[in-house]
Amino acid sequence: MSSTILDDTAKAAVTAPVARQPKKRRSSTTRKTFGDWMILLVAILIGLLIAVPFFLILINSFKSPADYNAAGPLTLPTDLYFDGMVNFWQRVDFPEKLWNSFFISSVVAILAVLVSLLNAFALGIGRVRGRTWIVLLILLANMLPQEVLLYPLYFMFKSVGLYDNQWAVIIIFVVIQSAFGTYLLASVLGTFPKEILEAASLDGANKWTMLWRVVYPITKPTLSVLVIFFFIWTWNEFLIPLTFLVSNASQTVPVSIAVLQGDRLMDVTTTSASALLGLLPTLIFFLIFQRTLTRGITAGAVK
Amino acid sequence: MTKASVADAPVVARKAGPRLPARQSLIPGSNPRTFWIYLVPGLALLTLIIVVPLIWNIYLTFTDYRGIRPPEWVGLENWVKLAGDTTFWTSFSNSIAMIVAMVVVPTLLGLVLAAMLFDLIGKKFGGKIASFLRATYYLPQILPGVVAAIVIGWILRPQNGALNQVLDGVGLGGLAQNWLGNPATALPSIMVIMIWVQLGYPIVIFMAALQRVDPELYEAAELDGANWIQRFRAITVSIIRPEIFVVTLTCTIAALKVFGPIYTLTGGGPGTSTIVPAYYAYSEFFQSQQVGYGATIATALTIVIAAVSVVFLLAQTKLERQEEER
Repeated sequence: MSSTILDDTAKAAVTAPVARQPKKRRSSTTRKTFGDWMILLVAILIGLLIAVPFFLILINSFKSPADYNAAGPLTLPTDLYFDGMVNFWQRVDFPEKLWNSFFISSVVAILAVLVSLLNAFALGIGRVRGRTWIVLLILLANMLPQEVLLYPLYFMFKSVGLYDNQWAVIIIFVVIQSAFGTYLLASVLGTFPKEILEAASLDGANKWTMLWRVVYPITKPTLSVLVIFFFIWTWNEFLIPLTFLVSNASQTVPVSIAVLQGDRLMDVTTTSASALLGLLPTLIFFLIFQRTLTRGITAGAVK
Repeated sequence: MTKASVADAPVVARKAGPRLPARQSLIPGSNPRTFWIYLVPGLALLTLIIVVPLIWNIYLTFTDYRGIRPPEWVGLENWVKLAGDTTFWTSFSNSIAMIVAMVVVPTLLGLVLAAMLFDLIGKKFGGKIASFLRATYYLPQILPGVVAAIVIGWILRPQNGALNQVLDGVGLGGLAQNWLGNPATALPSIMVIMIWVQLGYPIVIFMAALQRVDPELYEAAELDGANWIQRFRAITVSIIRPEIFVVTLTCTIAALKVFGPIYTLTGGGPGTSTIVPAYYAYSEFFQSQQVGYGATIATALTIVIAAVSVVFLLAQTKLERQEEER
């Protein structure tokens, strides 16, 4: 066993003596001990345990109410039953709610990242005086319990005619999400490689071009992580959309699920179907953008 | 640079004038003051959406306000009432349980799992398996709170709930109970749920941070005979320290102001066994219509959160400075 490892390393050393730096040695990928398999097993078991509630949603979404009443939530459905899903889809006008949630979450994600980047540029790169205290002030948006905002913002938005308007919700969440973004990005940009900025300023770039030509491309991986987080967090918000979007046509997916849940005519399998439809969009979104996560939350990509 | 010269530097700088290392932006030749313009949009929005409501809220703490007639000034009455309010103090001691469940356990477990996925599973079994497992761990984070509450209800409810059925099935039927309805088990149940919800967040952030670790550092340590735990402590933890700070602080804030799960799962009950400050404030605001008192609870909570954050940020800045000087 040990000889094969030696062989592999030796081969690697012979075949790629120069290219060693970018291409890492592959010998360790093939050497799997009993302990490694045990760790993999533990990791998979943890994953299964975490996923149990999702299996429950899945099996109960395709179960008829009669089947559910007879056998409870734990058994597989006897027949595939789609009425729960169709029922929910039509009763809440799901495409409309989906669009509302998608519109609000995307606009928030993009605007909040933009605000975070501008803030962090001044704080992390510009090193504005008293930046620790400014970060703290901005983080207030994150610290404040949301119910504090409801009364004052209700009056404010009512007086400017933005009550029951999706832009009210968008503005609120841009501020709340960008607080986290500013804190994280300012911490990361504080360690931005100085040499790159020096080189750019020798080329005569001003601050605005430096932000968009140098800082932005290098921090892009971190920014895309923020886009993912902001989108999902905003999508899942409940209290503020519930308060500020009173008309049915402007509601978001979670609010419409909760409203239907209070309806006594709802059977459990329709609820389950609504849960499945409610989490699918964020799941798909996460899976699509997951690959950007591996490229890192920091500007550390630069060596 | 030697230690002595670092210690001397501030004095020299003050005398010499033009060289002030700590007060310079990272872009050579540009004054930090000129960067203020970039803060204008963010701070303007912040003032409108956060600062104004906060100040209004602080004003309300000195009033009796029921939401209909204009607020009536009562001085410190609300604050005196708060100091003697046992429900308020119970809600804060429950916050400590929330910190254990949302900060301590997820951060520690998240560190170990992230390192395990990145370092062992990712390297030995391939990145695909590692990202698949990461996505699985992250699942509860993408679940809307309302949906999570529905599913958890199925699992924990007394009749035909999944957990009780499983316990019955393995012959432990005696342990079955009304998990969220029993004062003894309600808080521990909520804690387990919050660990489940939170775990994915540190894992995703830490795994991303680990990309920065130079694999050769590990190889060198391995050659020196350091085992996995030693490498984990010496290399992993020290390199991803900024992220550990960010995760710990943001999770602590989230734990102190946790609201959604309590609102949807227990409503603070049974009795006050799962009440938390944010929920208590909410119930005073909107159920009892005691807006002045609700504002007082919320303001007290904000003060606690702000104090914790100040301590945290100052410690982080201090550590960063030490790192830079080294």
